[in-house]
Amino acid sequence: MEQTSNVVVQPVDKNKIRGIWKIAGILAIITAIEYVFAFTMDAGLLRNVIFVGLTILKAFYIVSEFMHLGHEVKGLIYSVILPMIFIVWLIVALVELEGGAVKSSRGIVDYNPAGSEQVDDSH
Amino acid sequence: MATTATVGNKSLWAGGVAPLKASYGKLMMWFFLLSDAFTFSGLLIAYAFIRWSAPAYKGNPDDFVFSTEYWPIPEKVYDAFPGVHGQEWPLVFVGLMTFILILSSVTMVLAVEAGQRMDKKGVVKWMLWTIIGGIAFLSCQAWEWAHFISGSGVATIGDVFLNGRWVEDYEIMGAGLSFNQYGPPAFAALFFFITGFHGFHVFSGVVINIITFFNAANGMYEKRGHYEMIEKVGLYWHFVDLVWVFVFTFFYLI
Repeated sequence: MEQTSNVVVQPVDKNKIRGIWKIAGILAIITAIEYVFAFTMDAGLLRNVIFVGLTILKAFYIVSEFMHLGHEVKGLIYSVILPMIFIVWLIVALVELEGGAVKSSRGIVDYNPAGSEQVDDSH
Repeated sequence: MATTATVGNKSLWAGGVAPLKASYGKLMMWFFLLSDAFTFSGLLIAYAFIRWSAPAYKGNPDDFVFSTEYWPIPEKVYDAFPGVHGQEWPLVFVGLMTFILILSSVTMVLAVEAGQRMDKKGVVKWMLWTIIGGIAFLSCQAWEWAHFISGSGVATIGDVFLNGRWVEDYEIMGAGLSFNQYGPPAFAALFFFITGFHGFHVFSGVVINIITFFNAANGMYEKRGHYEMIEKVGLYWHFVDLVWVFVFTFFYLI
């Protein structure tokens, strides 16, 4: 039963290791780009879309390479990806449409300092 | 595998075949992660819905002050760094946390790669680095939570519901589940719930990593003839990293 002595350790595939670190580098660069946008661009819908897009790009690299899903059978890829696509649909529908509709129907208004100058008027 | 190839006319659904070409354990891990992704999606949908329907701050970001009346600008909330006082380092600390978690994901991939080569030493080494990365992340989160709860700067004046009655013009310092100095009550409650739920996943991942680390070091997987357990645990660990990528975007950037 004792077979530990004749286990053959295969040699390191340098290209594979380099590939792993390349993906890590890509993830770091995407995060750095997110920081550039966070500090140089004003908040708004466009910036949010850029952030979500870059996040999905990062998710793609993690799932496809690190979790190895990109190298699995098509059936497995779709059984994981398709439900998530429906979830993204739900997120867009609930957040973008429902959230906005609830906000307007409840009469919730954004805070605008320009309209709240009574603080400055007091003196 | 070789035996199924010899039976050419066998039905695909009669058993004995693996159409997805993944082992039972790996497949079940994938479906568990899918259901876990639904849970996190539910939390993030709730967060985004509440935030989308809350009043936003439309003024100049330089003039921003905390108020319970509108949602805060995230980089004004998360601008602290351990050992740095009186200076604003927006998003630097959370960037460090992201970096730590991505690195620990990389070391996990290296552990899986070593396992596929039956390299016990390599697996043990990279699993250890992964555990260290996980513990470092949890420590960072503990500091961040402590700082978030105790609060900093000037207290925010707001009406709060305290001990069963409404208190007007209460000086709010730090954050709790019912009110906080940064924004509407839901802001901190969602922060605690979602980063806490993620942190608990990281904690479970570290525990599982430690178990498999000892199993690998004791030669259990070598005797078994394969290191598939490391691959399954690796899937879970990458998922934790994946969730953080989304939490990072939705909580700290947007």
